[in-house]
Amino acid sequence: MSAPDPVPPALELRNLRVDIPTRRGTLRAVDDVSFAIAPGEILGVVGESGAGKSMTGNAVIGLLDPPARIAGGEVHLNGRRIDTLGRGALRRIRGAEIGMVFQDPTSSLDPLLTIGDQLVETMRAHLDISGKAARARAVAALEEVGIPGARDRIDSYPFQFSGGMRQRVVIALALCAEPSLVIADEPTTALDVSVQAQIIALLKRLCAERGTAVMLVTHDMGVIAETADRVLVMYAGRMAELGPVREVIDRARHPYTAGLMASTPAASRGARRLYQIPGAMPRLTDLPEGCPFHPRCPKAQEDCRRVPRPTLAADGGRAACLHPLDPERGAEDVARAAEGTAR
Amino acid sequence: MSGRPLVRVESLSRRFDVSPPWLDRVIGRKPRRVLGAVVDVSFEIPQGGVYALVGESGSGKSTIAKMVVGLLPPSEGAVEIEGAGPAAARDRGAVQMIFQDPHSSLNPRWKVRDIIAEPARARGRDTDGLAERLLELVGLFAEDAGRHPHEFSGGQRQRISIARALASEPRLIVADEPTSALDVSVQAQVINLMSDLREAHGLTYLFISHDLTVVEHVADTIGVLYLGRLVEEAGSDELFADPRHPYTRMLLAAAPRIDGRREGAAPPPAGEIPDPADPPSGCVFHPRCPIAVERCRREVPRMRDVRGVRVACHLAE
Ligand SMILES: Nc1ncnc2c1ncn2[C@@H]1O[C@H](COP(=O)(O)OP(=O)(O)OP(=O)(O)O)[C@@H](O)[C@H]1O
Ligand SMILES: Nc1ncnc2c1ncn2[C@@H]1O[C@H](COP(=O)(O)OP(=O)(O)OP(=O)(O)O)[C@@H](O)[C@H]1O
Ligand code: SF4
Ligand SMILES: [Mg+2]
Ligand SMILES: [Mg+2]
Repeated sequence: MSAPDPVPPALELRNLRVDIPTRRGTLRAVDDVSFAIAPGEILGVVGESGAGKSMTGNAVIGLLDPPARIAGGEVHLNGRRIDTLGRGALRRIRGAEIGMVFQDPTSSLDPLLTIGDQLVETMRAHLDISGKAARARAVAALEEVGIPGARDRIDSYPFQFSGGMRQRVVIALALCAEPSLVIADEPTTALDVSVQAQIIALLKRLCAERGTAVMLVTHDMGVIAETADRVLVMYAGRMAELGPVREVIDRARHPYTAGLMASTPAASRGARRLYQIPGAMPRLTDLPEGCPFHPRCPKAQEDCRRVPRPTLAADGGRAACLHPLDPERGAEDVARAAEGTAR
Repeated sequence: MSGRPLVRVESLSRRFDVSPPWLDRVIGRKPRRVLGAVVDVSFEIPQGGVYALVGESGSGKSTIAKMVVGLLPPSEGAVEIEGAGPAAARDRGAVQMIFQDPHSSLNPRWKVRDIIAEPARARGRDTDGLAERLLELVGLFAEDAGRHPHEFSGGQRQRISIARALASEPRLIVADEPTSALDVSVQAQVINLMSDLREAHGLTYLFISHDLTVVEHVADTIGVLYLGRLVEEAGSDELFADPRHPYTRMLLAAAPRIDGRREGAAPPPAGEIPDPADPPSGCVFHPRCPIAVERCRREVPRMRDVRGVRVACHLAE
């Protein structure tokens, strides 16, 4: 073994697998997902509805909805394995070492407690701090996330805030115990664009200042482009592509990534028609053999249908594709290849 | 595009009474509260045009849509479609609406055939083979007519909604966030379908969305709404190249960009949308406006022509 890395990644997944046992057999909702996020780094996770983004995030924090369960692989937080811990230990890690921001701020806030009490309670549970000091820090935390008149509003209840304000409070709550990792699952999807921009800027600034690692789950490529350092593209519960954000967006290697990019209206400015990926994402109950994207893929060849399924190793760690796109031609290549297939 | 517009919306307003229950009002001495959901909005859509309304949540988009199709009476002002009121247009089947959520707008117990043919049947028209023809027109299969909505994906269900909207051979389609619940790849299918139908059948659209990139792609003309008021109206290219109203500029600057290059000079958006039942004085945008002056606080800006664009801002030039 070589010398150990002096700073372990904030989060590392090794071959994570999530199964959902059903009456008609076991579904593999997440399969063989591996990545690491360094301290201070933002990893974006994108993919269409049902791609397994939330499942992956929920598996990390031990909040999978039964019957879904981790069926294989490992989760390491700052070099320590956490997927084998009991529920109590995991609960302590959530809040203290992992902060969480979900799409719906009301689900993260207790409607019966004031904002201040929730912040104080979280800090006192995870930090060695007096009640008075915690309250002072709570005011500072609210000011930091841009709540005007924080000193007066700290005793308000969540319902007295607007949706955007509530999401700010959730961010304050997620960061108040100084976690090393934040998992943000569609944190701005329910918000208006003008508020979304504020929240994204806030999350980005605070995490950069503290060196907090972020796993940012969203289906919005624009948000990823502006926020993430690297991006993971998921398809049908599998990793399709992983790389630096500008590389993946500008020079996609996986045909699915390129198709996804090409179908956004922003990418086809001036074009009369938008690019269409033929077909739809398969259900977990009828995943095709081989590459799960092959029935829709303009570059598919005979070998794509064969098991085993390609992994990122097929393209030097970048794309789970046997025939990755020419980096110089990228999306055009896909569009051309797809001309015959699109309906 | 000249001649008479297909749709004329004239000084349209709609208020809602959002007062607390009368007992609370009496005991708590709370006043009546009236919310202006749409305030004095006027625009026209030429035959064959695509007019888009954009705005954030609560800006009055859906309320306007409902008034245009005659599902909601205006408090003031009027809607004219081919020279008649919306109710008459609806009875003739000349206007149809497509909603955001294809799950809740399709009756789950009906077969797709019956769902699609219903608007035509309701008008006593021949529906033989109609559903099958329309399914093929929207890129599905004639055999799908015998299936139920739950057997289709979100994008396919939205195609079924479009097929149903086409059954009465409408002239105008009002689409309220038709792709907001869909993934981008599916959204592309639906948007392409809508533009194909426009070209093949000369359809006119009122297209509602909060997504500027979608609107930029589909619309000829864009109206920007803020707190129930139309603040700017311009041709699509014009609006994106040279936004005149400070709110439009803020919206454009705030939208996340896939090229990751935000316009550096644009100020970050400030504040949030105010309570529509208690709107700010003067220009309703003034508390968030980076260039507001004293006059903005006092005087309501009128919609006026500024270099070929309509804009309601005292300082626009
Ligand atoms: N109890 C269950 N039984 C069967 N399938 C399930 C169950 N729970 C989740 N799934 C499936 O697991 C897959 C992964 O879902 P997940 O919520 O992670 O998707 P996502 O990428 O977060 O999508 P979205 O963008 O819609 O939030 C989906 O295909 C979903 O249908
Ligand atoms: N039936 C009603 N009673 C009271 N207020 C209403 C009613 N319908 C709409 N409103 C209010 O009118 C305003 C405009 O609502 P509308 O639904 O038209 O907005 P929108 O632009 O469609 O928003 P969204 O993007 O959220 O769909 C909002 O403040 C809303 O709360
Ligand atoms: S009228 Fe005044 S407040 Fe309103 S947008 Fe223009 S400059 Fe700003
Ligand atoms: Mg999700
Ligand atoms: Mg609406």
